[in-house]
Amino acid sequence: MSSVDVSTGVSADVLVEVTDLTVGFGSLRAVDGLSFTLEKGAALGLVGESGSGKSTVASALLGLHRGTGADVGGSVRVAGIDVQEASDADLGRLRGGKAAMVFQDPLSSLDPYYAIGDQIAEVYRVHARVSRRAARARAVDVLDRVGIPDALRRSRSRPHEFSGGMRQRALIAMALACEPELLIADEPTTALDVTVQAQILDLLHTLREETGLGLLLVTHDVGVAAESVDEILVMRHGRAVEHGPVGTVLGAPAETYTQDLLGAVPRVDARRVRSEGSSGSSPEASSAAPEVVLEATGLRREFGRGKRAFAAVDDVSLTVHRGETLGIVGESGSGKTTLGRMLVGLLKPTAGEIKPGGGVRPDVQMVFQDPVSSLNPRRSVGESIADPLRARGERDEGRIRARVRELLERVGLEGAHYDRYPHEFSGGQRQRVGIARALAADPRVIVCDEPVSALDVTTQAQVVALLGELQRELGLALVFVAHDLAVVRQVSDRVAVMRRGRIVEQGPADEVYDSPQDPYTKELLAAVPALDPEVAAQRRAVRRELATA
Amino acid sequence: MSGFGGFVLRRGVGTVITLLAISVIVYVVFFVTPGNVAQITCGPRCSPEQVHQVAQQLRLDDPLYLRYWHFLQGILVGQDYSTGTSVEHCSAPCLGLSYQGDQQVTQLILAKLPVSLSLVFGAMVLWLILGVGTGVLSAWRRGRFTERLLTGITLAGVATPVFVIGLVLMIVVCGQLQLLPFPQYVSLTDDPEQWAWNLLLPWLSLALIEAATFARLTRASMLETLAEDHIRTFRAYGVGERSIIGRHALRGAFAPIIALNANNVGSAVGGAVLTETLFGLPGIGQELVHAVNVVDLPVVVGMVLVIGFFVVIANAVADVLYAVADRRVVLA
Repeated sequence: MSSVDVSTGVSADVLVEVTDLTVGFGSLRAVDGLSFTLEKGAALGLVGESGSGKSTVASALLGLHRGTGADVGGSVRVAGIDVQEASDADLGRLRGGKAAMVFQDPLSSLDPYYAIGDQIAEVYRVHARVSRRAARARAVDVLDRVGIPDALRRSRSRPHEFSGGMRQRALIAMALACEPELLIADEPTTALDVTVQAQILDLLHTLREETGLGLLLVTHDVGVAAESVDEILVMRHGRAVEHGPVGTVLGAPAETYTQDLLGAVPRVDARRVRSEGSSGSSPEASSAAPEVVLEATGLRREFGRGKRAFAAVDDVSLTVHRGETLGIVGESGSGKTTLGRMLVGLLKPTAGEIKPGGGVRPDVQMVFQDPVSSLNPRRSVGESIADPLRARGERDEGRIRARVRELLERVGLEGAHYDRYPHEFSGGQRQRVGIARALAADPRVIVCDEPVSALDVTTQAQVVALLGELQRELGLALVFVAHDLAVVRQVSDRVAVMRRGRIVEQGPADEVYDSPQDPYTKELLAAVPALDPEVAAQRRAVRRELATA
Repeated sequence: MSGFGGFVLRRGVGTVITLLAISVIVYVVFFVTPGNVAQITCGPRCSPEQVHQVAQQLRLDDPLYLRYWHFLQGILVGQDYSTGTSVEHCSAPCLGLSYQGDQQVTQLILAKLPVSLSLVFGAMVLWLILGVGTGVLSAWRRGRFTERLLTGITLAGVATPVFVIGLVLMIVVCGQLQLLPFPQYVSLTDDPEQWAWNLLLPWLSLALIEAATFARLTRASMLETLAEDHIRTFRAYGVGERSIIGRHALRGAFAPIIALNANNVGSAVGGAVLTETLFGLPGIGQELVHAVNVVDLPVVVGMVLVIGFFVVIANAVADVLYAVADRRVVLA
């Protein structure tokens, strides 16, 4: 990196200089007095939970708040341009020309109606006075550069014909087209599978090595930042909490908030820590073979008919024992959600059968991924929790209310919250409501489909802890479906790895994680971002090996 | 477009089934409608014998299924009709004979259809230009005075009945200013120039009202597209507002515009009765209203089938345009 002392202030090598930036939307201060600098060719990670103002900072670097009614104070200089004072024409030159942005959701970030090559060419022609033909050739060039195979032909495809990872590559190609000095990446891998995420991060890494591009990486995922940047700035409530070299901030954080944040991040290489008083899964576990509460054999589920039929789940067999957690991990499209829904009875299997162990009534309940859309916004949370009770034929209002209050308190909310509506709760609280609803029917098994993936890490940790507590007290069995390998390890006794509808590996969590047998499991584990930059470098090397092998 | 042949085939079969269903419904509705058809057809001064004769001639005493069977026969192989003194042959796609003037319905339709099509397609061109143009302008100038003004005008347009606009246009343009003679239909094949001049006011009055709906739809879908993430991408890459509006936001409005247009064109072929009546255009709509009044079943069925045909075809064309405009759509 540059040898210029940062403390001397403005130097020719400074690419971004943000001084006392404030951004307000009405009465809300999204960014509140933030200052930092980024040198040419350096990489800074803006890390924070949702609502910390990190994306707002990214937008401010390109002056995207102009004309939106937001209050922007302080100063932002990017590549020598004062973003606040610049004319519209100068700002146009900055955007894309000197600083290019890559967004979170690569599907919605490209125009669905135009070919990808045309979109890149359009952007290129805004900044370079070239013919349509030359711009189109440039588009093919950059697509090739970011690793799109057969770039000329693929440049004629529309975004929906690309996979998620290819779309993100295309967006990065668009960013590269005008040879900017700074790349602003706003959660560039959040919507992607872990193996694809690793590919995109590796691509960014290679591009930086080759072009000396400066990088501002905005992410909620500390691991992603650790993989990719030199310096980290931890944000909270629009302010900087801690700022320093990535090794220092992640290795020896000085601030309590950073420590808490890092503490909450689930680690894929750490064994499951069980809290007090539980040596196994449940008291009986140590004695005889634990009771089987749910058994599935040869499950298969097809979607579509005739030639278009495909099996989302194919020949899956599993058993769930009382008091244990079975983790089901897989990437998008692996069939894990379909499997979860079959276990609960929301979907009928095309073949195979599901037997409730011993019990006669169906006593499997579900906790859903999105705590916002899985609760009816027009009904009070109490009513939502009472639904399973009413469905079971309970008619006594007094008893229903009492039971719902008890459940609310059980999941860490207040009984008085009965009459409140979902929008009055935070994401984590809503997920607690979802758990209370699942508990209402006295289930023996709860299938949790990505229960924490929409939550911030600290909230994630709380919800996971709650599930663990409930499991111990009620002897519940949990089926924990998730894409996040680290979270699954943190909660599971046994793990099943799914790929293309099948279970490729199944076994005790520590065995699967510490000595994976299946090549796919190995690939998945190598793709998980590491918190330690050195480990990250090692994993990158492993990935290269796996890729060439 | 490998599936295009299959699409046309499926749509073709669908159209035939739809039209058959429509014709059955119209037959049944007319059969259960009270009133003595023979008396109405013969006239108020007919004697009971004459009425009886008319009833026999028109086969009004046959059971419903038999009459419908004759109707189908006429379409497929043609029919012979006795008109009292002579026998008239009506060849293959025969929709029957009008109860009123013994005219063949097929010929009646062929005479009226060009008028309706001239009116609707001419007006369509105008309403698309005016409506989409206004919509784009509103979206571009969103939040400013221009938008509020345009929104007000289009709201007024949606709320104004066609005969008010048509009458005002006629009084001002033809009466006060005497820029044009009062419209009188001239066939396109006879004199294209006179055809256009005479249809100008009908086109305008129909188009102005339709344009208001299109303007509102265009504005709404463009604003929706403008709020989407990919617009933010192009802003972040310095693409100017003109390209964003004209290239990206407008493209997003294509699909709903195509859908609405297909619907409106299809229904206006038979539904522009007010415009036709006001400007004395001898089109399908006017004829249909007349035929319903005198319970002229063959004419009503024929007209309704033609209208149904255009609605179905317009929607099939819309589906194809949809797939062309948005490659994610698969024709099925």
